[in-house]
Amino acid sequence: MTQTRSMLLNVGPSHPAMHGVIRLMVEVDGEKIKGVDVEIGYLHRAFEKMCETVMYAQCFPYTDRLNYVSPLINNVGFALCVEKLLGIEIPERAKYIRVIMSEISRVTDHLTCIAASAMELGAMSVFLYMIKAREYLYELVEEITGARLTISYVRIGGVKADLTPGFADHAFQKIAEVRRVLIEVDGLLTRNRIFFDRMKDVGKISKEDAISHGITGPFLRSTGVSYDVRKANPYLIYDRLDFEIPLGTTGDNLDRYFVRMAEMEQSLRMIEQCFQQIPEGEISGDLTGCVIPASQMVDRAKMGQTREFIEDEVAVDPTLQGSTRKYHDAINADKKEVVLPAKENTYGNIEGLMNHFKLVMYGHGIHPPVGEAYFPVEGANGELGFYIVSDGRDLPWRVRVHPPCFPIMAALPKCLVGGMMADLVATFGSVNMIAGELDR
Amino acid sequence: MTPGQIVQEQFSQQMIEAHDFRGDQTLIIQAPALRAVALFLKEKPELDFNFLMDLTAVDYLFFAGGRVAKAWRFEVVYHFYSLKHNQRLRLKVPVEEKNPEVETLCDLWASANWYEREVWDMFGIRFKGHPNLKRILMYEEFKGHALRKDYPFNKRQPLIGPQY
Repeated sequence: MTQTRSMLLNVGPSHPAMHGVIRLMVEVDGEKIKGVDVEIGYLHRAFEKMCETVMYAQCFPYTDRLNYVSPLINNVGFALCVEKLLGIEIPERAKYIRVIMSEISRVTDHLTCIAASAMELGAMSVFLYMIKAREYLYELVEEITGARLTISYVRIGGVKADLTPGFADHAFQKIAEVRRVLIEVDGLLTRNRIFFDRMKDVGKISKEDAISHGITGPFLRSTGVSYDVRKANPYLIYDRLDFEIPLGTTGDNLDRYFVRMAEMEQSLRMIEQCFQQIPEGEISGDLTGCVIPASQMVDRAKMGQTREFIEDEVAVDPTLQGSTRKYHDAINADKKEVVLPAKENTYGNIEGLMNHFKLVMYGHGIHPPVGEAYFPVEGANGELGFYIVSDGRDLPWRVRVHPPCFPIMAALPKCLVGGMMADLVATFGSVNMIAGELDR
Repeated sequence: MTPGQIVQEQFSQQMIEAHDFRGDQTLIIQAPALRAVALFLKEKPELDFNFLMDLTAVDYLFFAGGRVAKAWRFEVVYHFYSLKHNQRLRLKVPVEEKNPEVETLCDLWASANWYEREVWDMFGIRFKGHPNLKRILMYEEFKGHALRKDYPFNKRQPLIGPQY
């Protein structure tokens, strides 16, 4: 008489498809999955605890490391939440810049997700093409922020630096390149029998289950629920942009692939619209002969020769380019108690220097009123919410992130149980699990 | 009528405080009424809060250096969202230091399962009726609850290696 027993199989954390940070304990009956237990926490870095120990502005580098594939959206979300707590508005141009950078990040995120999951199914060339496209976008990010990944670009009350002079043209070129890659990938994957069969009707989740698990973003929209924070609670200038929310029908892996592909196109459209609508920023003027190195400006200011360089600009180090006086007011709120002064004022006069130090010294800094605020933004994976409690001091009392892939990981057993062992990797890839925000 | 007002009217006895700072409707209710209010939020057609978007807790030990007096130590914070009415509501439940326990909402919203595990892990607040209340981000051998204000941020508990 034959006897059958199910087998326990341990997948990860040191498994390439688990990104090194997730452990799945799978109960298999032959090739069929009977049960899954998800273990997370391998990348826990105490984000929320560390935010309680630093000043508001110092939290930005930590937020870069939440969703490290689209760090700009985390920056924007955190800044918007603090601004809500403070009750301040930022200038139009800064809003547009934030939206442009968020949408670029969304495309890089979706590109990475589709590229990685296609590679895990064996489509290596798709991976290389999409990483090439992501590289084009990273070049744009690099041009503005000076960094590719840990950008710390957004500031409370504005952004660090203005757009570079030829940025719109560069962006249009890169967008055209990205579109070309998307068409290539579409040809390679969408009509690919192997890819199609491996994705169709695999990793299904129902509308009701998705809502009950609190899932948002492309994962929820693939089931046909139309919820996007950019439409439901428009922030910044999303209400002025014309875009659609791509929806799926069945909530399987293929739908999630389609939703992400369509969303990238919508994001690229949004970037184009932003460039048409963005108000002019920098005042064009001939600065030849008026640019002084920072050290000289400081020396002359010490001798009281400040009146001479009222019209002058300081030559700053590359990481601060775009934040000098000629750009400063267009991209920062007019709030001295929140926003660092233009560099000419910091180096060139005592008021600016004091203002600078009042914002960066411990015990001074930004003081939001006692209260609490929750601000949701549409991250690449879904609703990214920041909940901040302030006790009126310069350190946040509590910073909570609602990470969009946390509920998706909680619902992962729902997608996997009943399926085949070989589909586990495909479904896991479509979750777009980003351990940085999952484990914080 | 806003969702906050509807709930306030229905549960006026159990209400501790209500405010809408910066436009976020917030209600603080007594812990024993939590499940009744949650069920009301979910089932009442005018409210229809089908998403439990976020669940967390806040430790108010020495809040604002002790200048702001709080009658309780913790608050468990629920963020609800209604897809149909596009409304948000924040619900807070005070929790005493002596017996940190509230009722679970696992059976009403599946998302509560992992969130409640995280709150247990980080704050040591127990959820009565939770099917699998174990640590989620930290390891089982971890001592203490890291997001409590009396847990030093630089304290180390190495799992492997020399014990200090």
